[in-house]
Amino acid sequence: MTYLTRDPIAIERLLTDAACPGLGGTCVFLGTVRNGADEHGVTGIEYSGYEEMVEAEFARIIAEVRERWPAARAAVRHRLGLVPVGAASIGIAVAAPHRAEAFAACRYIIEAVKQRVPVWKKELRDDGTAIWVDPSGHPVPAGPQ
Amino acid sequence: MRDGTPGTVRVRFFARYAELVGREETALTVSLPATVEEVVRRLRVELPGAHDLPERPLAAVNSKHVKLDSYVKDGDEVALLPPLAGGSGPVARRYDATLYETA
Repeated sequence: MTYLTRDPIAIERLLTDAACPGLGGTCVFLGTVRNGADEHGVTGIEYSGYEEMVEAEFARIIAEVRERWPAARAAVRHRLGLVPVGAASIGIAVAAPHRAEAFAACRYIIEAVKQRVPVWKKELRDDGTAIWVDPSGHPVPAGPQ
Repeated sequence: MRDGTPGTVRVRFFARYAELVGREETALTVSLPATVEEVVRRLRVELPGAHDLPERPLAAVNSKHVKLDSYVKDGDEVALLPPLAGGSGPVARRYDATLYETA
């Protein structure tokens, strides 16, 4: 099983992977690259990761979901490489018997990803600059490409 | 294992840390027993560019998050992880070693 891709997130594939006839509620989360009011001319984000650990950490998170919501089925893909504004960098689909479990498990996965999965973002700007996105709120200029 | 036995760990750098040290990995021989914190301390002194690494970065050993007081073994892969990028919103701001020391 690989949770990483360098291609656009295939939502239909995620839905197929999560689907099961006995599961009546499906929740999909997409995290997309934005260029909003708080961003400054972002054209895309370059995602890089500690790939072996990303795979291992996703496997641990999915195992935790199975333990907490045994009837749920989850599918996840995270994209690496350059992702343009508006495109998804992560897709999560969770199918469960009812909507409450589907929403809860989907939220659990994305919050765990944000805290534990070693992926880093380099924002590319329309003025040609690039910065490492740092959750401390102090963006750091990126070095030579 | 006797105290003082030498052990070699593979240290990997990612993203901004790889830019700081100008490489993606290095090998470091330490005197065992040694903690991840000792590995970081040695690197900051001995590896060019590594002084700018934080004293207490996020770290992983063999692809698992660890506390800095965890011990390393000969042959381990130690990864120093810049703050994780996923959480730029207000929900999750705590991206340093304390996250795993208090869990």
